[in-house]
Amino acid sequence: MLRRVSFWSLVAVILTYMTLPTIVVLMTSVNPTEILAFPPLGFSLKWYGKALTYPDFQVAFKNGLIVTGFASTLAVAIGSSFAFLIYHYDFTGRRLLEGVLWSPLIIPHFTLGFGFLLLGGMLDLNQGYVMIVAAHTVLVMPFVTRAVYVSLANVDPNLGRAAANLGASPLHVLTRITLPLIVPGMAGGWLVAAILSLTEFTASLYVTGSRTQTLPVSMYNYIREYADPTVSAVSAMLIIATTLIMLLADRLFGLRRVLAIDTH
Amino acid sequence: MTQRRPFFITFLAPAVVAAVILAAAIFEVLQYSVREFIPGSLNVGGFTFENFVRINRPIYWWVLLDTFYISLLTAVFALLASYPVAYALVRAERDWVRSLLVSLSITPLFTGEIVRTYSWMLVLGSDGFINSLLRKLGLIDLPLQIMYTRVGVVIALVQFSMPVMIILLATAISHVDRDCEKAAANLGASPASVFWRITLPLTVPGILSGFVVVFAWTMSAFSTPQLIGGGKILMISNLAYLQGFSTLNLPFAATLSLIALIAALGSLALMKTLTGRIERRLSIN
Repeated sequence: MLRRVSFWSLVAVILTYMTLPTIVVLMTSVNPTEILAFPPLGFSLKWYGKALTYPDFQVAFKNGLIVTGFASTLAVAIGSSFAFLIYHYDFTGRRLLEGVLWSPLIIPHFTLGFGFLLLGGMLDLNQGYVMIVAAHTVLVMPFVTRAVYVSLANVDPNLGRAAANLGASPLHVLTRITLPLIVPGMAGGWLVAAILSLTEFTASLYVTGSRTQTLPVSMYNYIREYADPTVSAVSAMLIIATTLIMLLADRLFGLRRVLAIDTH
Repeated sequence: MTQRRPFFITFLAPAVVAAVILAAAIFEVLQYSVREFIPGSLNVGGFTFENFVRINRPIYWWVLLDTFYISLLTAVFALLASYPVAYALVRAERDWVRSLLVSLSITPLFTGEIVRTYSWMLVLGSDGFINSLLRKLGLIDLPLQIMYTRVGVVIALVQFSMPVMIILLATAISHVDRDCEKAAANLGASPASVFWRITLPLTVPGILSGFVVVFAWTMSAFSTPQLIGGGKILMISNLAYLQGFSTLNLPFAATLSLIALIAALGSLALMKTLTGRIERRLSIN
């Protein structure tokens, strides 16, 4: 019994350490003063007002939505078809293609961002949306591919066989049976990709310019110039939004399945 | 069968295009790393190995060593802190406890590195949470200096890497055959002995992969050393950024970026060899 209690208190201490920064950000975001105060000296939403009306953040948020919209959608389209191919077929160069497309999980983001910056310079697409979207697409694609691959593995192959026996063409099997069954995996992958792209910083710092910067980049610039809690308010809004999206994803698609942590 | 081929190729084309773009970007880094730097110009000169010779100076060695040291510390602490959480996550009896543990430990992964780094600045700063708390409790008079130190950088990096570590460890722990544990317990082993002699050894592959993934990820950390280290703690990524954007020495920045990539690939290759060897040894016993 004592061992159980001490184990669970250890877990509680570690989780406190993990969540402490989030709690502190949420506290400072509603604190009326410029400096951090404990306990909070009151409740005010003025930093939220400042964050929402700060032009840099508004533009950056819009840029971020454009980039995320294109990047995560492209990643789902390309990643799903790729997952489908590597699940069903073996072809020449498959290993190489897989290696290259998984590599963003390993390549340091600043190396990748730098590479896209140089490539953009060469193609005269410097700091434009094309390169930013391209960089984000390859960065988030492994997560989509994995989510779709896991859902494909969970599709009962007998369903396809039965349909084929009844005369359905391969295309028909794909669109009528496989695709509807892997839609949750694709949607879960899309959500994860969208969040990762929206919050991606290091590679974005390299590939965005002052007009195309995304929210994390403009937050970084703000932190370096000012010390007031406006960024706390932005962070709080991002934390709340991502938490809600993750909870939704968990409800709809089973987060543990999308991330492939199988407990039991 | 003749119909399948074109159908197949249209599917493959987008993935090939994405792979080619990605490979081209990395090739550009490779290409720049062997080019001559022309001061005052963004254009690069001819072929040279000068950048790789230049790395061989004490200041750069120190940055590389420090990067290595910080990554090692981070991986060790992240492992020690993540194991109990992963164990609790997999073995919790109630479903709501499992859900709570998953949300608390995995959600931080999705708030992005800037939000997380900024949050740690609020916790660790001289007017931050820890210092205010300690002062209110009367434990200190002068603020503790945690920002701009290696300790501060590691504190933040450990928390960043824990979600990934927890995911990998939880997967390993959930694959442990419970019957082995039950058999040991039936034969009279104490719970502690079951854990140390059965569960822990069976999760060694997960421990190794978690350790190396976190190590490799931390090697490429950028925003945390940049903001929490505040220029006093330089990791390889910060040095590369400084070379690229302050000195505008793009070739040398490319060389440093390439070295970070090689270090990351090298540590993962090492992991593959190690886990392979350990799995073989485990299956023999």
